[in-house]
Amino acid sequence: MSHWIIAPIVLPAMLAPFIVLAARYHIGIQRVFSLVGVLALIAISAGLAWTASDGTIILYQLGDWAAPFGIVLVGDMLATLMILLTSVLALFVLLYVIGSGWDDRGRHFHALFQFQLMGIMGAFLTGDLFNLFVFFEVLLIASYGLMIHAGGNLRLRAGVQYVLFNLLGSTLFLFALGSIYAETGTLNMADLALRAQMIGGDATVGIRVASVLLLLVFAIKAAVVPLHFWLPSSYAEAPGPVAALFAIMTKVGAYAIIRVYTLIFPPDLGVTAGLHEVWLMPAALISMALGMIGVLAAKSLDRLVAFAVIGSMGMVMIAIALMTSEGIAAALYYIVHSTLAGAALFLIVDLVKSSRSSLALRAMPPIAGAALTAGLFFAAAIAMTGLPPLSGFIGKLLILDASFDTQFGVWIWAIVLGASLISVVGFARAGSVVFWKANSVAPNEDAEPQDPAHFLTYAAAGGLVVLSAAFTVFGGHAQAYMQATSEQLFAPEPYIATVVETEGKLSGATVEGDH
Amino acid sequence: MEVLVASAVGILTATGLYLVLRLRTFPVILGMSLLTYAVNVFLFASGRLTIGAPPILTDSATVYTDPLPQALVLTAIVISFGMTAVVVMIALGAYLGTNDDLVDDPIVTDEEDAS
Repeated sequence: MSHWIIAPIVLPAMLAPFIVLAARYHIGIQRVFSLVGVLALIAISAGLAWTASDGTIILYQLGDWAAPFGIVLVGDMLATLMILLTSVLALFVLLYVIGSGWDDRGRHFHALFQFQLMGIMGAFLTGDLFNLFVFFEVLLIASYGLMIHAGGNLRLRAGVQYVLFNLLGSTLFLFALGSIYAETGTLNMADLALRAQMIGGDATVGIRVASVLLLLVFAIKAAVVPLHFWLPSSYAEAPGPVAALFAIMTKVGAYAIIRVYTLIFPPDLGVTAGLHEVWLMPAALISMALGMIGVLAAKSLDRLVAFAVIGSMGMVMIAIALMTSEGIAAALYYIVHSTLAGAALFLIVDLVKSSRSSLALRAMPPIAGAALTAGLFFAAAIAMTGLPPLSGFIGKLLILDASFDTQFGVWIWAIVLGASLISVVGFARAGSVVFWKANSVAPNEDAEPQDPAHFLTYAAAGGLVVLSAAFTVFGGHAQAYMQATSEQLFAPEPYIATVVETEGKLSGATVEGDH
Repeated sequence: MEVLVASAVGILTATGLYLVLRLRTFPVILGMSLLTYAVNVFLFASGRLTIGAPPILTDSATVYTDPLPQALVLTAIVISFGMTAVVVMIALGAYLGTNDDLVDDPIVTDEEDAS
């Protein structure tokens, strides 16, 4: 049993207290350790993704206790893909933070950043539902700190909303876990998958309630309408780079839906049949439409990007709700794309904010380094709205293709294409008002000329756009990998067998008084 | 016993939900705590209710109570306690900064927006 798979959780968990205890007053040392930690995370995640890419299921039994008695970490293609995406995103966010000096505006940024990474990595790797709850709490409590980093009244107010909404979500999660345990007597995902199939047709009330509660919890995380109300304020008021890191947090919800509803409650399972068609698909379509209408209606640039995130999550959910192999593959491609594009947009918004008195969509004197920032915004907006040639276009094409001959085909095509058009108009309006119209406004006479932002900030935002372009150029390879990942998800027998049958302490013991 | 536990969960959840839907932070935080109490009792009951039975198997025990929900409740209590402390601190910061304790977004008028 190799220990590498626990490294993405242990490494940030060790670095964060070290940064707090030993490097508290030395921002330089904090930066070095944080950066080295993230680089090591990328290397480890890439290694794990390479190991899992041939279909191997990496299993780690904590304390050598066999599942379902002990907690297990499981790395399959999906989990390793997500941790690789997280660590790459973390590197660019960190570069931006160092370049812009955000980490110096309040203490403990880097420690919270590492704890946040620990929570996200754990949520992707765990093979146990209660452990998933615990890692959700780890990533949330770190995100509360990051969200109100550097303070400010508006930010604190938005922070209260964010914390309260997520606390409600956690309570709901516990209710869901309680009902699942009451019905099945286990919380290990692989074991649950076996037991969910055993439930007879006459006693399905409890497990149906549990599966709907669980879907609600993950929909809150993924900001699916009507559970999206926490997102616009908190993402808009959070510091720019933190909002960029949060681009992966909504994807944690999407990941959990994919994992639970392919492994535990697969679409062909009788007890929960219809859940994704009747509930998830309409909600996803409305999210997509509402998000993109929000883009057009937004009065400031940060809210515009926040609504674009809601719209893109709607798009991901549409593809997931198809619950076909092609649909999930398209969803995975779109998840990677929208994480990169959303994060790039939040970084660019922060670049704009650094030399503008407010982010309201009105003509104001030109910002420092306007040409480069405008170019980046142009590219990132093209990616986000799904115009050729960047990765959003391919992602959208894959989703439209996967939905073509399903019963929702007409609805999906109409709403996706209509919403895309609206978002193109919204982004075009925002870009021309902020960047073009600025030239028609006389600069303030007494305003001091501002220095353009540090080159690292441009490197970070530009790097994400370049990654998005690379994701287009190598789109064929990427799509083939997503397809393989999706097929692995729809054939979960090796996953279940690896988790349940691997020997460890207590293996072979039977549970007495089985429910 | 079942009626007592079930009605406790129900009443705690109902009052918690009512308080959470208030506009000011103090009732909302109280409501959150009531909801977490409700979920703790609910989790406890998810392992079936047994009276006077040990939570571990011994040679003499013929019945035992499920120990796992107790461990889950313990984790849930610790987490909700920490989270409540965090939300109280952030809410206090927001209250001291803006001098009001409303939970929803401040209303932005067009004049403020244009300034």
